[in-house]
Amino acid sequence: MSRYFTDEHEWIDVEGNTATVGITDYAQSQLGDIVFAEVPAVGATLSKGGDAAVVESVKAASDVYAPVSGMVSEGNDALAEDPALVNTDPEGAGWFFKIELDDLSELDGLMDAAAYKAFVDSL
Amino acid sequence: MSTVNASGWRPEIVESDVMTPSTYTGNRALMLEEALIFEIGDAHTTGVDLDAAPMVQSRLGGLERNRGIGLPGLSEPQTVRHYTRLSRQNYGIDLGFFPLGSCTMKHNPRLNEKVARMKGFADVHPLQPKETVQGALQVINELAFWLIELTGMHGVAMAPKAGAHGELCGMLCIKAALEARGEDRKVVLVPESAHGTNPATAAFAGFSVEDIPATPEGRVDVAALKARLGPDVAAVMITNPNTCGLFEPDLKTISDAVHAAGGYVYCDGANFNAIVGKVRPGDLGVDAMHINLHKTFSTPHGGGGPGSGPVVLSAALSAFAPLPYTARTADGVIHLIEEADAEAFETTHFGAPLNSFGRMTAFHGQMGMFTRALSYIMSHGADGLKQVAEDAVLNANYILRSLEDTLEAPFAASGPCMHEALFTDNGLAEGFSTLDIAKGLIDEGFHPMTVYFPLVVHGAMLVEPTETESKAALDQFIGALRSVANRAKQGDPALKTAPHFAPRRRLDETLAARKPQLVWKEAELPVAAE
Amino acid sequence: MRYLPLTPSDRQAMLATVGANTVDDLFIDVPEEARLSGPIAGLPMHASEMAVERHFASMASKNMAAGDHPFFLGAGAYKHHVPASVDHLIQRGEFLTAYTPYQPEIAQGTLQMLFEFQTQVARLLGCDVANASMYDGSTACWEAIGMAGRITKRKKAVLSSGLHPHYVNVAKTMAHFTGDTLETALPMLDADVGFATLADSIDAETSCVVVQYPDILGRIGDMTALAERCHAAGALLIAVVTEPVALGAIKSPGEMGADIVVGEGQSIGVGLQFGGPYVGLFACKEKFVRQMPGRLCGETVDAEGKRGFVLTLSTREQHIRREKATSNICTNSGLCALAFSVHMSLLGERGLRDLAALNHAKAVQAAERLTQIPGVSLINNSFFNEFTLKLPSNARDAVHRLAEKKVLGGVSLGRLYPGISALENGLLVAVTEVVTDEDIETFAALLQEVL
Repeated sequence: MSRYFTDEHEWIDVEGNTATVGITDYAQSQLGDIVFAEVPAVGATLSKGGDAAVVESVKAASDVYAPVSGMVSEGNDALAEDPALVNTDPEGAGWFFKIELDDLSELDGLMDAAAYKAFVDSL
Repeated sequence: MSTVNASGWRPEIVESDVMTPSTYTGNRALMLEEALIFEIGDAHTTGVDLDAAPMVQSRLGGLERNRGIGLPGLSEPQTVRHYTRLSRQNYGIDLGFFPLGSCTMKHNPRLNEKVARMKGFADVHPLQPKETVQGALQVINELAFWLIELTGMHGVAMAPKAGAHGELCGMLCIKAALEARGEDRKVVLVPESAHGTNPATAAFAGFSVEDIPATPEGRVDVAALKARLGPDVAAVMITNPNTCGLFEPDLKTISDAVHAAGGYVYCDGANFNAIVGKVRPGDLGVDAMHINLHKTFSTPHGGGGPGSGPVVLSAALSAFAPLPYTARTADGVIHLIEEADAEAFETTHFGAPLNSFGRMTAFHGQMGMFTRALSYIMSHGADGLKQVAEDAVLNANYILRSLEDTLEAPFAASGPCMHEALFTDNGLAEGFSTLDIAKGLIDEGFHPMTVYFPLVVHGAMLVEPTETESKAALDQFIGALRSVANRAKQGDPALKTAPHFAPRRRLDETLAARKPQLVWKEAELPVAAE
Repeated sequence: MRYLPLTPSDRQAMLATVGANTVDDLFIDVPEEARLSGPIAGLPMHASEMAVERHFASMASKNMAAGDHPFFLGAGAYKHHVPASVDHLIQRGEFLTAYTPYQPEIAQGTLQMLFEFQTQVARLLGCDVANASMYDGSTACWEAIGMAGRITKRKKAVLSSGLHPHYVNVAKTMAHFTGDTLETALPMLDADVGFATLADSIDAETSCVVVQYPDILGRIGDMTALAERCHAAGALLIAVVTEPVALGAIKSPGEMGADIVVGEGQSIGVGLQFGGPYVGLFACKEKFVRQMPGRLCGETVDAEGKRGFVLTLSTREQHIRREKATSNICTNSGLCALAFSVHMSLLGERGLRDLAALNHAKAVQAAERLTQIPGVSLINNSFFNEFTLKLPSNARDAVHRLAEKKVLGGVSLGRLYPGISALENGLLVAVTEVVTDEDIETFAALLQEVL
């Protein structure tokens, strides 16, 4: 399994053709207390860079973009009940959705952990 | 500093919190805790005595209510006490300085309240025959006249219910005018410093929104704006004075460029207080501007409304104004022009054939605000209104120059501000921000300034004193803000937990948003013994 | 100038602090050619309180006040007796001169009141949640249609012919610009509310059906079956209530399955005021709360664990979401919501039910008396406190002739539906608790005379 990152602060774990997507620890720390997360419906078709999910703190609302194109195979229903998971475990239990990749080559432009760390440090 | 507190009393006479006894009731002398009406009242109590209904055969179509509603009733003394206690947990202009930037919290004259309550205005139905409401129509007409004269515009739409509704009215006039020209322009340019209502309104009216950046001096980037103009741009929405408290000196240049490119200029008039009687938007090429009667013209904010947002319009847009409108004809009779009359009523009132875009509210706008605003305007007159702008601007500059040594004032070097002074939280101790300063001001007995707006500076604090504050009041505020700012620079931990003396400490907004409790949930009301 | 506290010497001292010679130095950013040199020519100068009051008294005297004459107008604005304590309480400066409660620690009065208001409105309309108010009923109605569009992702709304024509026109204005499709129809002078026809017009593109309850002609229709038809087709049912006092007597729209219920709250606590300010009511099912427009107040706790209230779910609103907000509304009708809430607290469930019963009984008596006039017939089978009469001649003319005789005798359908000959003999008559038996008799006698 490999983990990639985007410059919109999403992480993406890829296993075979399935990818799990969430927002990074840096992103959650910038947003503050997450009060609401809306994940895409199963079966929804996402295109890379398009709106995929919504995450809200008390005073801010952000769109989560699809890091890759594909069809949503699962949404994290636990976030509806406990959106704080995005704060407490952003890169684990606070995942947003799983997606079946259309095109593995879309991963090529994404960052690895070291590159993302350097990117965050530069902000 | 003898003006700070002439009585000499200081809260620190209480030696420590340990010495503060708790009370049986939770009350603290004049500050009384108050339960919800659902906890006080019950379904059988009522504070209203009514005649018994005569016996008749019901004609309700078999839909009689047969379940309880869950509405508690209170006797009149309970009611008066409940709302009086609640009121005391509120800050208002009547109590003290309310320097909320962009909101123009000025004194609300009580004469306005008195005239609005005259039965000839307060107790008149909107659909009465027009011959029975000539005085009400006269109020609308006289206020319209003043608004046109004060802005140098061509016409005015009186129907909009508040500022954002006025923005919508103006943008719909623009859309209607474009339609009449057979053009389908989709893009509205909005500076990034704009009020959130601007982009929201443009989107609500079916436009797409593009941002225009600000310059380092806090003004619209004219070059960027001009570069973006083209056949797809319907309008530019500009706030002048802008939300950084600065006049946009290039507005006329911008207007000319927008017009040359076939677009229209919408001006957000929220900050009209700074320039009323000093400069007329009509002379700067504006096509539409809403006027918040509840800001510049002193109608009370009422804890969040009602407002009123008449829109002054250029000759190019006047013909598209919404129904209904009033106009005085040559014979001196004032007409209310509704759907029924719009076609038949050939008038030169707007200098062009009528081509109204339709109706945007039931009836004819916020009459109760019109009476109040007209009363305010007549009280001031042309000379007083000019003085209003001058004093408002002088007060703001006095605050800016008195505090720029203590708080970062990002645009202080840009010259004088208009009616509001902008500061930031740059330079505070680690972990301290605008929010802490705001909450510290609450303990000092002030309503905080507008915080975190405009978005173009980090940690914004926008202070709008208005003209109705005395120099002594300003001096006390300046001293208090300086003191709080210095505590924030020194990292005073007590500031992080402020306010300490308000009816409530900091409230958990995260909890409120994660588990929304928007209504009282107990299903059953207490039942009084019969 | 009595509202301006700065003295000439204050101004001089402050200019010195600012570093300006004259106040005009502070306006240097205004291009010189646009700067006005003195007060705008041709406008009056400042005036004393006495002079202003005198001018307003003279204008007010040109109007016929509802309370001074037999009065029977409704059509979306109703004259009810408002207890004296309501106006007293809303004039407390802490309510009157407060801003939107953005600083909750010093705005608990407004916030708790809004929480109570939201609960009262939700319960009255039969919904789970309500917001902190809209401008008025007509704008709340359009917002509900827009919200149904967001929820269903469809763009066609079907409007009942019984919906207030001003509400229809507001929706038409907005739909024209947003690209939504509206199906509308004119009412007919008969007793049927037409819900069955409406149900048949629902298709796969329909986002919502909008009905008024009681409707513009005063008719009361059971919307249970219509709600089921809407839901079966994936559409929402929106109910509009322009006379909330009615809900003290008849079932709430929520009970019958309406998804969004909006209304005009003017009837309770606010007064006629020639059409505004009024207060829009907006309530819905809990599952739709994140698509609601306007402000919401919610319960929470403070740092010491005490119960308190805050504005919440603000990410829906324009100041955060900007062009993606659910609505552009900012200022709403806070003080009118307070008036509504105070009046409703005074009434309570018992008072509201008694008030509704009294309104209905008086209306029934008036309908019986007025239909004794030769040639005058009642359109409605059902009504609450307002009904439609069919006159033998043009109703708009009758209303004017009645006004000459100092009777404000209802709203003609010709005023509401200009140019529609099938409706021009229709007269809407509202009868509330303020109408006396003598008023009804005077009205009946003079109506007979002018026909």
